[in-house]
Amino acid sequence: MSNTLVSMISMGVLGIGLSIALVIASKKFAVESDPRVDDLEGVLPGANCGACGYAGCRSFAEALATGEAPTNGCPVGGASVAELVAKILGVSNSGFSRNVAQVLCKGGCAEASQRADYDGPQDCRIAHMTQGGDKGCTYGCLGCGTCVAACNFDAMAMNENGLPMIFEDNCTACGACVAACPRDIIILTGEEYGVHIRCRSHASGREARQVCIVGCIACRRCEKVCPTGAITVENNLAEINYDKCIVCRKCVEVCPVNTIEWQEGKGPVRQKVGA
Amino acid sequence: MNFFFLFLSAILVNNFVLVQFLGICPFIGVSKQIETSIGMGLATTFVMVVASAATWLVQHFILEPFNLPFLQNVAFILVIASMVQLVEMFLRKTSPNLYNAMGIYLPLITTNCAILGMALILVLRSYAFGESLVYGLGAGLGFTLALVLMAGIREELKFADIPKPFQGAGIAFILAGLLSLAFSGFAGLV
Repeated sequence: MSNTLVSMISMGVLGIGLSIALVIASKKFAVESDPRVDDLEGVLPGANCGACGYAGCRSFAEALATGEAPTNGCPVGGASVAELVAKILGVSNSGFSRNVAQVLCKGGCAEASQRADYDGPQDCRIAHMTQGGDKGCTYGCLGCGTCVAACNFDAMAMNENGLPMIFEDNCTACGACVAACPRDIIILTGEEYGVHIRCRSHASGREARQVCIVGCIACRRCEKVCPTGAITVENNLAEINYDKCIVCRKCVEVCPVNTIEWQEGKGPVRQKVGA
Repeated sequence: MNFFFLFLSAILVNNFVLVQFLGICPFIGVSKQIETSIGMGLATTFVMVVASAATWLVQHFILEPFNLPFLQNVAFILVIASMVQLVEMFLRKTSPNLYNAMGIYLPLITTNCAILGMALILVLRSYAFGESLVYGLGAGLGFTLALVLMAGIREELKFADIPKPFQGAGIAFILAGLLSLAFSGFAGLV
């Protein structure tokens, strides 16, 4: 018998013997996992995007099975997935509050001044690293459309004023645009909230005014008029706490520079949808 | 007495990590906490003992009778990989916490050169079956000792004021060097 044949047979037998031993061992040491975890993983989108805060769909499903994660924790799956998850777990659906992205800058080409000409690659992250970009405002949107390129759901586009727009119907709150933006202008917030302070500039009122006509000048009028204390002004910037906002729109009326904006059609929030 | 000297030599004089420089990857990777390093060390020890027996059998009942010494590496790796799989299943069943703590380093025992190195050394020195087992046990415990020593020092170092250029991997390598230097003092003990 040739050496080749002997080596093939001996290694084959060794391998088969060991694999049989492993099969027996795997039966004996089988870990009983919650069968619901597989079912749950089946109804999740399976994108492993991590927007739920867990390492992937599998670990989110495990957290769901132990009752650690809320049934509506998957922002990509939305209401339909939350319902399926609740059905598998046999609990009542705690309601789904859909998140959508919001662009917190209104300073497009028409409103904000330029301090330089930027000629480099059309990518906000590169523009941002180049001396903080070409815009007068070092906090505002750079307008290269890196967020739009990052969006996989056709939920964003650049408008003619050089600012990104969100098509909320398509937005899955995956957070890709939030991560792509070097200026942290994009946030995710509940769909039902219609009042947004569209400025992220911490520059003092005078400086903000010099570079952008719609930038927050930190006049504190919105803070004073807000009936629920949802708006606070700190470090030269008004910030809104969406959990407290009831969309009464008083701040929108008093804002002298039109930084605060109401999205037409989004009515007063009377009853909070479960978090 | 022969077994005792063999055992001592495997642990101290020819310590796999600090004298023979085998299995450095888990030595640096899993030596941040004493608890996980003990777990890693014991898992490796178990694999080493079982692998020393299994590879001895493979060597003497398959490779030598059929005159296939060139298949040594392939056959040994096959045996070691199966043993690691076994340990992994066992740990997952009995201690899920340890299983999670060791993470990727557990399947990496498969490619831990200390284990393949041990199997090859056993053949090289033509140890008998009993001697192989003792040497495997000693090698495993020596590996555990090195890991635990390293982990103990690194736990203390978390509170030390380390100069910036040495932080992280730098100080770990310096430590490993010093430990190795200390272990060279055992030369000539047996």
